[in-house]
Amino acid sequence: MAEVLVYVDHVDGAVRKPTLELLTLARRIGEPVAVALGPGAADTAAALAEHGAVKVLTHDAAEYADYLVVPKVDALQAAYEAVSPAAVLVPSSAEGKEIAARLAVRIGSGIITDAVDLEAGDEGPVATQSAFAASFTTKSRISKGTPVITVKPNSAAVEAAPAAGAVEALAVSFSDKATGTKVTGRTPRESTGRPELTEAAIVVSGGRGVNGAENFSIIEALADSLGAAVGASRAAVDAGWYPHTNQVGQTGKSVSPQLYIASGISGAIQHRAGMQTSKTIVAVNKDAEAPIFDLVDYGVVGDLFEVVPQLTEEINTRKG
Amino acid sequence: MSLRIVVTVKYVPDATGDRHFADDLTVDRDDVDGLLSELDEYAVEQALQIADEADDAEITVLTVGPEDAKDALRKALSMGADKAIHVEDDDLHGTDIIGTSLVLAKAIEKAGYDLVISGMASTDGTAGVVPALLAERLGVPQVTLLSEVSVEDGVVKGRRDGDTASEQLEASLPAVVSVTDQSGEARYPSFKGIMAAKKKPVQSWDLEDLEIETDEVGLEGSWTKVDSATERPARTAGTIVKDEGEGGKQLAEFLAGQKFI
Ligand SMILES: Cc1cc2nc3c(=O)[nH]c(=O)nc-3n(C[C@H](O)[C@H](O)[C@H](O)COP(=O)(O)OP(=O)(O)OC[C@H]3O[C@@H](n4cnc5c(N)ncnc54)[C@H](O)[C@@H]3O)c2cc1C
Ligand SMILES: Nc1ncnc2c1ncn2[C@@H]1O[C@H](COP(=O)(O)O)[C@@H](O)[C@H]1O
Repeated sequence: MAEVLVYVDHVDGAVRKPTLELLTLARRIGEPVAVALGPGAADTAAALAEHGAVKVLTHDAAEYADYLVVPKVDALQAAYEAVSPAAVLVPSSAEGKEIAARLAVRIGSGIITDAVDLEAGDEGPVATQSAFAASFTTKSRISKGTPVITVKPNSAAVEAAPAAGAVEALAVSFSDKATGTKVTGRTPRESTGRPELTEAAIVVSGGRGVNGAENFSIIEALADSLGAAVGASRAAVDAGWYPHTNQVGQTGKSVSPQLYIASGISGAIQHRAGMQTSKTIVAVNKDAEAPIFDLVDYGVVGDLFEVVPQLTEEINTRKG
Repeated sequence: MSLRIVVTVKYVPDATGDRHFADDLTVDRDDVDGLLSELDEYAVEQALQIADEADDAEITVLTVGPEDAKDALRKALSMGADKAIHVEDDDLHGTDIIGTSLVLAKAIEKAGYDLVISGMASTDGTAGVVPALLAERLGVPQVTLLSEVSVEDGVVKGRRDGDTASEQLEASLPAVVSVTDQSGEARYPSFKGIMAAKKKPVQSWDLEDLEIETDEVGLEGSWTKVDSATERPARTAGTIVKDEGEGGKQLAEFLAGQKFI
C-alpha cells in the first residue's frame, strides 16, 4: 500500500489533536508515515503508533527552534525523498501551511490548503474545502506532482488504529537558506486551563455586546460550566477586552465545534467565516434583526447580562 | 541608497457582496464589486511607515489581476505609495496559488527590491501562503505574519504571534515580510492623496514581459483542479424566543435536549 507522509504538530513530544485527526484521513489513502521534528520528537511515537502510524521519522536539531520555517521544510523534503509518498498531509496551522507550500514548490507539486475532508479518488485524493466564509463547498484534487494538502482541525474523528510506529532517525542536511530568519526571542503562551479554541467541542464567544473586559467573566463562567473554550469577536479583541489568540473569524481562528454559543455578536460575514460550520449554533443578542439569528438552531432575543448568567446557573444546577 | 519596497496587493470581490463561482469554477470577478483586499491595506500602511523612517525609500505596489484590479492599485497609490505595476494578461485567468506566486516573483525581480511586504492572506482565497512561496522562489528570508515590524540598517525585525508562542524574528534584507491585521490600522486616503494618485505612474506588464510561458499559468497550467463547487444549503430556520425572564432557562432546556448538558 502506498505510504502517506503526515507532518506532526507537537509540543515537546505531546502530539496535538489535529495531527491525530490527520492520521484518520491519511489511512483512507494509504499507510501513514509520520514526520516529527524538534525537541521531544521521539516521544511522539507511542501516540502516533496508537493512531495508525506505521513508521515515525524523527529528527532534532537546534535549527528548528532557532530559525523560522525553512529548517522544517528541509526536513520534510528529506522525508519526502526518503519515502516517495503518495501524498503529504500537514495540519493547517499558520506555520503548517507555510511549510507545506514551500515543500510543494520545491518538489514541483500542487497544493491544497485548509481542507475540511479528504477521500481517496481515482485520480488521487479528493479534498473538500469551504469557500467564501463557508457559503460554498468545493471538491478539488491536485493535478501535478505529489498531492500536498493541509487539513484544518476538527475535520475528522480521532480513531485508535494500532500500528507498528517504528521510530527511525531521519537524515537531514539543512540548506543554506535554513538560517535566514533568526528567532531571537520566544514567549510561550500561558495556558488558561481551558480547552484549545480550535480543538474544543464547545466554544462560548463574546462580542461588542459584552461591553468591557471585566464583563468577560460572564462568558468565562458559562464556558467553564460547559467545559468549553472561550472565543471573541474582532470588535471585542480590538477593544482590548480579550486576547487576539481567542479571536474567531477570518483573521482569527476558524472553529468547527459541536456547539457554538455567541453572545453580543452581530454575526458579520468575517465572523461567520470562522464559525459557520459549527454543528449547533446558539445566540443571545438583544437585537432581533442581528444577522447571527440567520444561522442559529436556537436563539434568545434578550440582554446577555440577564440571559447568560441565568443559563450558567441553570447548567450548574442541572449538573448538581 | 534608496530602500526599494514592493507591496503585493490583491483585488478581491467584496466580502459583503454575493460572492460565488463562475461556470468554469473560478472565482467570479465580474458580478460582484471588487476592491483592494482589506488585509493588504495593512501591508501598504506598514510600507508607508517603514518608508517614513528610512532616509530614502520608494514604494511600488504590485498586483496580478484583471483590468479592474487597477482600482486596487489606485487606492494604494492614494494612500501614499509612489508607483504601481499591474500584471495583466488574458492567459492568467484561473491561475492557482503556485502560478500566482511565480508571476509575482518574476515581477518583483524585474521591478527590483530590497523588501517585499504582503498581506497575511487574501480575503477571497484565504490561503495565506503566497508570502512564504515568494520567499522560497526569490531565495530570501521569510519574515511572515508579523503584528509588529521595523527596518533599520538593512535588518528587518518583527513579532510573530503564533499558536503556542509569540516570537521575535530578525533577518537581513532583501526579505519577504507579511503583516497581520494586528499591525496597526491602515490610513484613509486623503483628498490630496486621491488627487495625487491620478498622476502617479502605473506600468502594465504581460506574461511576455516576464518571460513566462502561457502553459505555466491559467486554468490549464494550474496544478490543482476544482471538480465541483456547491452552495451550502441554508441552515434550517432555528427556534428564536424572546427573553421574558426565562430565556436562560429555556436555552438550558434546549441544550439539555441536545445532550450538551
Ligand atoms: C478584513 C476583515 C477581517 C475581519 N476579521 C474578523 C474576524 O476574524 N473576526 C470577527 O469577529 N470579525 C472580523 N472582522 C470584523 C467584522 O466585520 C465585524 O466588525 C465584527 O465581527 C463585529 O463584532 P461584534 O459582532 O462583536 O460587534 P457588533 O457588530 O457591534 O455587534 C454587537 C452585537 O451585540 C449586541 N448587543 C449589544 N449589547 C447587548 C446586550 N447587552 N445583550 C445582548 N446583545 C447585545 C448588538 O445587538 C449587536 O448585534 C473583520 C473585518 C474585516 C474588514
Ligand atoms: N494576485 C495577487 N496580486 C498581488 N498580490 C497577491 C495576489 N495574490 C496574493 N497576493 C499577496 O499574497 C498575500 C497572501 O495571499 P494568499 O496566499 O492568496 O492568501 C496577499 O495578502 C497579497 O499580499
